[in-house]
Amino acid sequence: MKILKPAKAGTYESNDIYIMIQPNDNGIKIELESIVMKQFGKRIEEVIKETLEKLEVKDAYVVAKDRGALDYTVSARVETAVKRAGVEK
Amino acid sequence: MKLRRSMLFMPGNNPGMLQNAGILGADSVILDLEDAVALTEKDSARILVRNAIKTLRFYNSEIVVRVNPLSTEFGYEDVKEIAQVKPDAIMVPKATEEDIEGVDKILCEIEEKMGFEKGSIKLFPLIETAYGLENVYTIIEASKRVTGVLLGAEDLTNDLGIKRTKKGKEIFYARSKVATSCRALGVDAIDTPFTDLDDREAFIKDIKKAKSIGMTGKAAINPRQIDTIHDVFAPSEEEIEYAQRVLEKMEEAKRDGLGVFSLDGKMVDAPIINRAKTTIEKAKLAGLI
Repeated sequence: MKILKPAKAGTYESNDIYIMIQPNDNGIKIELESIVMKQFGKRIEEVIKETLEKLEVKDAYVVAKDRGALDYTVSARVETAVKRAGVEK
Repeated sequence: MKLRRSMLFMPGNNPGMLQNAGILGADSVILDLEDAVALTEKDSARILVRNAIKTLRFYNSEIVVRVNPLSTEFGYEDVKEIAQVKPDAIMVPKATEEDIEGVDKILCEIEEKMGFEKGSIKLFPLIETAYGLENVYTIIEASKRVTGVLLGAEDLTNDLGIKRTKKGKEIFYARSKVATSCRALGVDAIDTPFTDLDDREAFIKDIKKAKSIGMTGKAAINPRQIDTIHDVFAPSEEEIEYAQRVLEKMEEAKRDGLGVFSLDGKMVDAPIINRAKTTIEKAKLAGLI
């Protein structure tokens, strides 16, 4: 699936994560900022990657600003952003 | 019997609130995709609530999802997405017979596709229009999945063109109508939320009024309303004690071969015995005995 246009989802509220997704030419690139970067940065990136994989997105530039979101929120916000970005097969 | 004294509304697009929903002690939580969610975030909330049901624990709280009205572009999409993670029930706003039949049909298809037990996802019609109120009986009858009805007085009074007041005189008929239809068909009658969080005295009066008319539970819009609702809807000590005595006396009468007997000088027959049994069952579920 291909990201057609920039899109965003989520908020800057605590327990949430703000996701911006844009088209990219070569693979997945993630830029993550988190209030729990040291403890959970790696895990958040993993969840973002897993969600993109599940949605068959191979190329995307993702900017994520995390405010302590649990996995279910990270994955929901990524999925929303991808759907809003108007992916095509 | 499922204890459904309190049903707590939680906004569907708020991760922090969703993850706390199960620990607040409400008998049911209503994850809301309708009024609590901005028009631009309907897609977002639907996905978040779906993930929340799939991964979070809600402990002893029943999970109900209020979808958007089926007349909007979001309603049926909500039902299709949410049913796949098997909530306990779906709440249908501004419900009509046609809506309930329509959702029932989709749920049958999804239950079959996902391998869920047929009829396991229940329905809660939200009665909040003049039409809904006048037809509440047939709306309940529209599907065997209907397990309770929520009266929504804000929208109802708006539809009736009348003012909503704290004393609630204007919804006496609505409460009576919903309670009677629900009792007739053996489903729960849940009263409209009380919105003034600072007026505890009026809140208690409001719950008592609803209970006295026959409502079986009440919706809450704030976790701090839960305990008060439980207190009012729980059987009182006197009620429990009386029910225990009725049942003891009943056993005695049975041994003596009597159908009808008296207690404290008053005749006790089947309706009183049934009420005593329900009181004891409720008290047990509430952990009072």
